[in-house]
Amino acid sequence: MGEELHDIRLSVNGLVREVRVPARRLLSDALRHDLGLTGTHVGCEHGVCGACTVLVDGRPVRSCLMFAVSAVDCSITTVEGLTEPDGSPEGRLSAVQQAFAECHGLQCGFCTPGFLTTITAGLRDNPAPTEDEAREMIAGNLCRCTGYVNIVKSVLRASQIAEERS
Amino acid sequence: MKPAPFAYLRPQGLQHALEALAADPGAKVLAGGQSLVPLLSMRLAAPSTLVDINALPGLDRVWADDDGVHVGALARHADVLASPDVRRVQPLVSQALSQVAHATIRNRGTTVGSIVHADAAAEMPMVITLLGGSVTVASTAGERTIPAEELYAGPLESTLRHDEVAVHATFPALAPGEGVGFAEVARRHGDYALVGVGAVVRIDGDDVVSARAGYLSVSDVPTVVDLTETWGDHDAAAHRALSALDPADDIHATAAYRAHLVRVLTARVLAAAYDDARTRASAGRDRDDG
Ligand SMILES: Cc1cc2nc3c(=O)[nH]c(=O)nc-3n(C[C@H](O)[C@H](O)[C@H](O)COP(=O)(O)OP(=O)(O)OC[C@H]3O[C@@H](n4cnc5c(N)ncnc54)[C@H](O)[C@@H]3O)c2cc1C
Ligand code: FES
Ligand code: FES
Repeated sequence: MGEELHDIRLSVNGLVREVRVPARRLLSDALRHDLGLTGTHVGCEHGVCGACTVLVDGRPVRSCLMFAVSAVDCSITTVEGLTEPDGSPEGRLSAVQQAFAECHGLQCGFCTPGFLTTITAGLRDNPAPTEDEAREMIAGNLCRCTGYVNIVKSVLRASQIAEERS
Repeated sequence: MKPAPFAYLRPQGLQHALEALAADPGAKVLAGGQSLVPLLSMRLAAPSTLVDINALPGLDRVWADDDGVHVGALARHADVLASPDVRRVQPLVSQALSQVAHATIRNRGTTVGSIVHADAAAEMPMVITLLGGSVTVASTAGERTIPAEELYAGPLESTLRHDEVAVHATFPALAPGEGVGFAEVARRHGDYALVGVGAVVRIDGDDVVSARAGYLSVSDVPTVVDLTETWGDHDAAAHRALSALDPADDIHATAAYRAHLVRVLTARVLAAAYDDARTRASAGRDRDDG
């Protein structure tokens, strides 16, 4: 007998998407393989690295520690959903994305989606963090390239950009 | 690696969840998944059925009454940490929760899940044991309340039966004259602690009438030691604590370093709890005078 499949609806980046998955499908895999949203990266797959972080009802959550079938009642935002509408078809980079581009907050980019989602929620809670608070905001995410200095700068710059835009 | 296949249920009512657990001895409860999903992905656990309790109504409450603070099974660590009731009624819970994992893990992981997961390296099992709290559990046979001192059977082993769902945990309120302290040392903030110590000190005027400390990561189960008689003597307190503990070597620290941390943190946390008791007592007097 084949494995039981579940027909579920996931609300991702404002769109309701239907997928058919086994119960053991991690949310990270459902996003990447079933929905083709490969912006969410998978590093450790046990909650430690933070690369897979997405926003679930606005809060950062590890998508590798959630099953897709458990996400049915939630609204999910991935890195693909962070751009802001500006009238153009693609929209414009969000303040956090813009800051990473300006401050060289990424090198290989593997960790970046997890940082962007985490910082997006972090700045919503604390729009003008100190450097220490910026460091604390990203303490749960690993980056093997940058040494974090430019990521901390990016958090602080993102706060300025958001302020300028508002 | 990926989890092995399992049947999945997402009941909308507690009774349905309890029946599903009773029907399958291989079934497990899925709460926040922050401990269980890694175990499944590493194939260290392979339950036949997962009973996802996240859709059960009413279990996400955090409330305070004369008995203390109560935390429902679906209250996330982040919600409990943000609760002003918790901070006011039993501040040790908030102090320890701020050291549980990173904010992202706290957004999903539940405090009750952490308590019943029974990891002796975790903060909340120690805190509920030190405070003499309890966990209320339900099964198709009814409800029962397990006192914290009867909750832990061994490493990662609680005394819940497989067909029981923990519905809420209770932390007794801070009593008049009491103060609390908590400290831990971890490789990085948010990692599991090498050693963690919590303390509750009760004073009467200038006298210490009770001093108790709880330890994590230095024994198989959360361990509480009464240090009232050794008050004021750091060496004697550390000696008594270590005789009840079993610090071990692992890749993160040697047993000797852990024993050293027990000594240092015990003194630090007892002093913090004493200061806290004094501050609260004088704030209480000011209130009574005013
Ligand atoms: C990277 C990382 C770092 C972490 N660091 C820390 C740390 O420093 N300190 C710390 O304390 N924890 C830490 N954790 C673990 C975290 O606190 C978990 O949230 C917690 O241990 C379990 O809660 P949960 O709701 O996620 O439970 P789950 O993972 O869903 O379940 C854990 C176990 O408890 C059982 N269970 C859960 N809820 C119930 C219930 N209501 N009734 C009956 N059984 C139930 C499950 O069947 C399972 O066996 C960390 C986790 C990760 C991924
Ligand atoms: S892939 Fe999810 S935390 Fe590393
Ligand atoms: S930019 Fe390479 S891991 Fe962070």
